[in-house]
Amino acid sequence: MDLSRGRLSAVQPGSVGVVTPQTMRFDEPLVLSSGASLVNYELCYETYGTLSSARDNAVLVCHALNASHHVAGRYADRPEQLGWWDNMVGPGKPLDTRRFFVIGVNNPGSCFGSTGPMSVDPSTGRPYGASFPVVTVEDWVRAQARLADRLGIDRFAAVMGGSLGAMQALSWTIQFPQRIGHCVAIATTPRLSAQNIAFNEVARTAIRSDPDFHGGDYYAKGVVPKRGLRVARMIGHITYLSDDDMAEKFGRSLRTADYAFGFGAEFEVESYLRYQGDKFSEYFDANTYLLITRALDYFDPARAFNGDLVQALAPAQARFLLVSFKTDWRFAPARAREIVEALVVNDRQVVYAEIDAPHGHDAFLLDDPRYHRLVAAYFDNVASERTG
Amino acid sequence: MSAQAALPADARAAAPLLRDDLRQIAAWIEDGARVLDLGCGDGTLMADLRDSRYARVYGVEISDESILACARRGLSVIQADLESGLRMFPDRMFDTVVLSQTLQAMHQTEAVLREMSRVGRQGIVSFPNFGHWTHLLSLLGGRMPVSPQMPYQWYDTPNVHLCTPKDFEILAARLGLAITGRALLAAGQPVSFLPNLRSKMAVYRFETK
Repeated sequence: MDLSRGRLSAVQPGSVGVVTPQTMRFDEPLVLSSGASLVNYELCYETYGTLSSARDNAVLVCHALNASHHVAGRYADRPEQLGWWDNMVGPGKPLDTRRFFVIGVNNPGSCFGSTGPMSVDPSTGRPYGASFPVVTVEDWVRAQARLADRLGIDRFAAVMGGSLGAMQALSWTIQFPQRIGHCVAIATTPRLSAQNIAFNEVARTAIRSDPDFHGGDYYAKGVVPKRGLRVARMIGHITYLSDDDMAEKFGRSLRTADYAFGFGAEFEVESYLRYQGDKFSEYFDANTYLLITRALDYFDPARAFNGDLVQALAPAQARFLLVSFKTDWRFAPARAREIVEALVVNDRQVVYAEIDAPHGHDAFLLDDPRYHRLVAAYFDNVASERTG
Repeated sequence: MSAQAALPADARAAAPLLRDDLRQIAAWIEDGARVLDLGCGDGTLMADLRDSRYARVYGVEISDESILACARRGLSVIQADLESGLRMFPDRMFDTVVLSQTLQAMHQTEAVLREMSRVGRQGIVSFPNFGHWTHLLSLLGGRMPVSPQMPYQWYDTPNVHLCTPKDFEILAARLGLAITGRALLAAGQPVSFLPNLRSKMAVYRFETK
């Protein structure tokens, strides 16, 4: 979930290079799960690689909480901003753009270009702000399917994502079973636990109780609820890392020579969290944070079937790769195993791996060789299926 | 014990490259069956069952390398520890549950056999025959046996529960498992004269009574 991580490292050999985001406008209303509609909307997206003449090599990459359509490569004017999954997508990378036509799309409700709370509501002429409708994973998938229609893609070779992105990939298999060949779902869960929702609620409370939030309509006031965003990000960040990872990265190291007997950022971990929080509050929108955490809370495909995930996944036709990480306590391996079990009962093909990586939930963005080799091997097989 | 007779000709023709015990296992699996292969390794048996028997096969493996190999072959495989990983499967999920060359390395031998008979209609196990005459000779000479089917020294062997065919049959009876097939093999062929001493590999098929 860390958009910033890529910015630190240099462009690897095998990068897709300079990329240019595009925008697609939709004038037919998008009816949402809540019953509300977006009368019109725009989606930002990027593509890498070349669509085959048979149009059968497209892979959709769905983003998680704080990422965007900028999956791989860099922008000409901001070369330091590498795509959030640049280590995964590119020529010679696990999702190889020499073979696949990869699409990254920004979801409605986001703050990175697609229609969201910062966009102008056509019915009022002012930013949506707090009135932007609550969107769900299912709504995002419907919007993504419309983009696929416009791009002339009837069926994705694969839909892929990590965390919340993987929920979208899962939802694709249920909502559009005929339009997805493979579902690649990393570090995910079939539903949030009470603990997950609780963390989200603490983050939302931090934002909503910031005096600069103004009930979500802070744009007109010329302020940003940065303090709330900062706390929200700090909380989130703790849940992305494992206890061991934090111990190894920071331990009890002090930035000062000794205790200063005050409340400054004396411990390294405090300094790190403050830095992450500050940076995040500079570029992320508070209303978007509320919306996306709500989409996480609401995702529960089994809900319509009295909690029976087997029934929920019954329509799925895709083949699956699921990966979880042993130290991920946010979306623990046991949650992914529930999905695997439901797939086996439904007679669906599945590869499931539990990677023994120390980095907690964040591991899905890192390039652990066991993880990346498996994704590469899986996509090798997807590619051979196309040609064979 | 009808399966103790010669290996069916079609099994030999269909799978010339399979290990001896795997050929016998494949011969006992019906076309289109739903199969769980525990400790499936690189997926050799699964690929054969899928391609020659149209079986719907799932493997369970602990090793990263094996998961990778199975993924590359387009096989379904689940990374889990056999001694706890079967809990995820509902009762009678599979037609056949296979445990080849792994029983002797299990710590919870009884629990694994019970779980096999819970999730499958029938189970198949294969294991090296500890009672092979060369092993007995080795013991008479004062040394733990080391042989092609058990190629380990006593201090580095993963085989913690070695047994003979007779031992297995006694345990099966105690667990309420009815043995429906037995093949005692040497050099890929069934051994009919003194099989308990002369067979190197035992393959059993069983059902819950």
